[in-house]
Amino acid sequence: MTQVTMTVNGRAMSGDVEGRTLLVEFLRNSARLTGTHVGCDTSQCGACVVHVDGKAVKSCTMFAVEADGADVRTVEGMANADGSLGAIQQAFQDYHGLQCGFCTPGMIMSAAALLKDNPKPTETEVRHYLEGNICRCTGYHNIVKAILAASGQDVSAIAAE
Amino acid sequence: MPKDHGIGASPKRREDVRFLTGKGQYTDDINVHGQTYVHFLRSDVAHAKINKVDTSAASKMPGVVAIFTGEDFAAIGGLPCGWQVTDKHGQPMLEPKHPVLAHGKVRHVGDPIAAVVAETKEQARDAAEAIELDLTELPAVIDMKEAVKGGALVHDDIGSNLCYDWGFVEDNKAAVEEAIKNAAHVTTLELVNNRLVANPMEPRVAVGDYNAATGDHTLYTTSQNPHVIRLLMGAFVLGIPEHKLRVVAPDVGGGFGTKIFHYAEEAFCTFAAKAVGRPVKWTASRSEAFMSDAHGRDHVTKIELALDKDNNFTAVRTETYANMGAYLSTFAPSVPTWLHGTLMAGNYKTPVIYVNVKAVFTTTVPVDAYRGAGRPEATFQLERVIDKAARELGVDPIALRRQNFITQFPYATPVAVEYDTGDYHATMDKLEEIADIKGFAARRKASEAKGRLRGLGVNCYIEACGIAPSNLVGQLGARAGLYESATVRVNATGGIVVMTGSHSHGQGHETTFPQVIAEMIGIDESMVEIVHGDTSKVPMGMGTYGSRSLAVGGSAMVRAAEKVIKKAKKIAAHLLEASDADIELKNGKFTVAGTDKSVDWGGVTLAAYVPHNYPLTDLEPGLEETAFYDPSNFTYPAGAYACEVEVDPETGKVTIERFSAADDFGNIINPMVVDGQVHGGIGQGIGQALLESCVYDANGQLQSGSYMDYAMPRADDLVFYNVDHSCQTPCTHNPLGVKGCGEAGAIGSPPAVVNAVIDALQSAGSKVTHIDMPMSPSRVWAAMNQ
Repeated sequence: MTQVTMTVNGRAMSGDVEGRTLLVEFLRNSARLTGTHVGCDTSQCGACVVHVDGKAVKSCTMFAVEADGADVRTVEGMANADGSLGAIQQAFQDYHGLQCGFCTPGMIMSAAALLKDNPKPTETEVRHYLEGNICRCTGYHNIVKAILAASGQDVSAIAAE
Repeated sequence: MPKDHGIGASPKRREDVRFLTGKGQYTDDINVHGQTYVHFLRSDVAHAKINKVDTSAASKMPGVVAIFTGEDFAAIGGLPCGWQVTDKHGQPMLEPKHPVLAHGKVRHVGDPIAAVVAETKEQARDAAEAIELDLTELPAVIDMKEAVKGGALVHDDIGSNLCYDWGFVEDNKAAVEEAIKNAAHVTTLELVNNRLVANPMEPRVAVGDYNAATGDHTLYTTSQNPHVIRLLMGAFVLGIPEHKLRVVAPDVGGGFGTKIFHYAEEAFCTFAAKAVGRPVKWTASRSEAFMSDAHGRDHVTKIELALDKDNNFTAVRTETYANMGAYLSTFAPSVPTWLHGTLMAGNYKTPVIYVNVKAVFTTTVPVDAYRGAGRPEATFQLERVIDKAARELGVDPIALRRQNFITQFPYATPVAVEYDTGDYHATMDKLEEIADIKGFAARRKASEAKGRLRGLGVNCYIEACGIAPSNLVGQLGARAGLYESATVRVNATGGIVVMTGSHSHGQGHETTFPQVIAEMIGIDESMVEIVHGDTSKVPMGMGTYGSRSLAVGGSAMVRAAEKVIKKAKKIAAHLLEASDADIELKNGKFTVAGTDKSVDWGGVTLAAYVPHNYPLTDLEPGLEETAFYDPSNFTYPAGAYACEVEVDPETGKVTIERFSAADDFGNIINPMVVDGQVHGGIGQGIGQALLESCVYDANGQLQSGSYMDYAMPRADDLVFYNVDHSCQTPCTHNPLGVKGCGEAGAIGSPPAVVNAVIDALQSAGSKVTHIDMPMSPSRVWAAMNQ
């Protein structure tokens, strides 16, 4: 067992982990932050996306020891300071960008990373960026729409051509 | 102006806030004090005799609490099947045993052989690797047509791999043969409805807990229907009466059918929690999900459509081989029969129809209901054969469909169901408008200028939702009733809690069900809360599947609310010193008709619980009512879909360019949620048509066992969909006039995509008439270059 310490959503978190403990397991089991989900075991689905030192990372593909000392942000850290939904979260609710909610944390974290690098993405860019996030409920329609809306673009004409 | 509350409005979903902030509580988020973890050692071969399972070394591994094998379950009931189909000779289907842990033989890759319970998940997994297996491999049984001819048996004791040979309607068989013999034209099509894996994003999880002091069992599980699990597992597997067994299905991350069924892991965790004296938790990996969640579809079909000289349909005949997999999953036998044969009339007035289905055991994961369940299989073959007929006859595929539409309702089909209502010309008119069918020729030219082939595929669908009524399904072999229940509990200060047997795993009931109650009473939706998914809180429930939540569960809720309102009017009448017949309820206020005397909702609810001024001799205090609703018929959503594709002739790659759906769901409670349901269904249908395929090799190895091999549709495979549900013919037999919308997209979309690809290829002179799904670039390229 090795002790790791990291900052998660602005708070220091420590725990003893095995060498094989994944970052997502540390977040879910040691930090008790169960918003980050595990949907596959091949780094394909993206339900586990978090930000590590500002970059989107699939937390099922990183060992907890690799994140020792890192600054980690999860979906629990995406609301505004007053507890209200952040802009991306709010857009997902406004445009019905989630149904069962299981892929949603990863979608929110990926969308945040996309908009940080590319504040006004095109539809094609959004769809391409989401290749690593699988949703089974929405057919992606309202997810793409929500992300475009969160970027401040007018989505009122979508699918009403 | 769209409505801002009540029925027909689209309030934002209240459940979203917890999901968007990471505060949802899915089953894997539940940890019970002192819990242990189980890892299942699963078969890595398709078919083998189990000679010995040696756990001696494994049991000495660190952290191991106990190891169980099939021997430990030999005296315990197996997993039950919930539907008994009767074959064309009047004999019951063959029904093999389905042990919780494999006993004697393993029958598919993933069949659980042993279960290791340990202090940690890692220790359980490590110990499972130390179990020594002595297996004698047997021939895999994969090809359905070969399997029924003889050779290796999946279940030696039942003597055949043919579960049943079903004929429907057997009395029509001779008339169908006669009609085909006399037809002016017969179009024949052989096709495969590809095997799929439902793949809700949340893998299955089970946590079993047992209180030795009280004898109470609790199971937390990823289920669409916790009460059904309580009954099946309690009564048929473990012998636990319902009052000592609580089943909780909290937030569930998608179901799509595959979380209806009672699975071995649920029974194991419940059993083992008592056996080891500590809670037992199991969380499936995605790899385990691929080899243990019930799969869907997997039909091999030949369909013949007979037409007279004027292109009127005169008969349909089908022969289908339906894969059951290695064991009968909970509702598996009903899917290729009563959920498939009964829909073979489609939207058309074909006078005689005969459907033959041979259900076959193979050494593969069990196959059961997946979004649409039988109805996509019916729709696909019918809409494909109609398209093929139109091309053979040189007529417009839309015109051929319109010519044969059913236009008079109610309509009794020759396959035993009665459509209550519909307007198929209206949905086709709407489709032609929103899909801009007229503009297709110009778009095709533009594609051709880029060196791409462009195709347009159109089809219709009809489906049957809210399977019912119980006395009929009982005659058809269901071993369950198909009603729903709801309790409407009004609190003293006027707030309402609805306990519904429907289960939401993405459908949004927590938002949409209050819209109905708020409309009925005239109060704010925020005064209504929905409770579901816990057998200790909800009196009874048959759960959510077959697009039944609103049509059946919503109807039960309406009936319970009507009883509440009836009683509340009596209380109001007493308070207002009037006759209850004169009391009107509007905007949350009870008024004596024609007067200004009134009492508001809160005044009545408070009186019900503080009955100082109350008719105690005639009326009990309190305001809470329960209703059970058993529908008199299915509901029949229907619609018309159009897909436009581009095909790259160099590579065979198909891209979706436009997708339009015109649906008739009857009355709509929340248009935003309905759109979302259709979007999701279309995404899955396009996935089936272009990407998804669950593949076994000849040795029974699962070759598509992860997201590296099983192509899930991703955002850049899909487009924005153009969906419309303004054509509304309300259901005539339920109180809200609603149909179901959950499965339509997955039912209606696959034939549109295939029809479009065939249209694209034929536009370039290709003679290809069919390509099996998924239409991968290699399949399309091969078809173009054959």
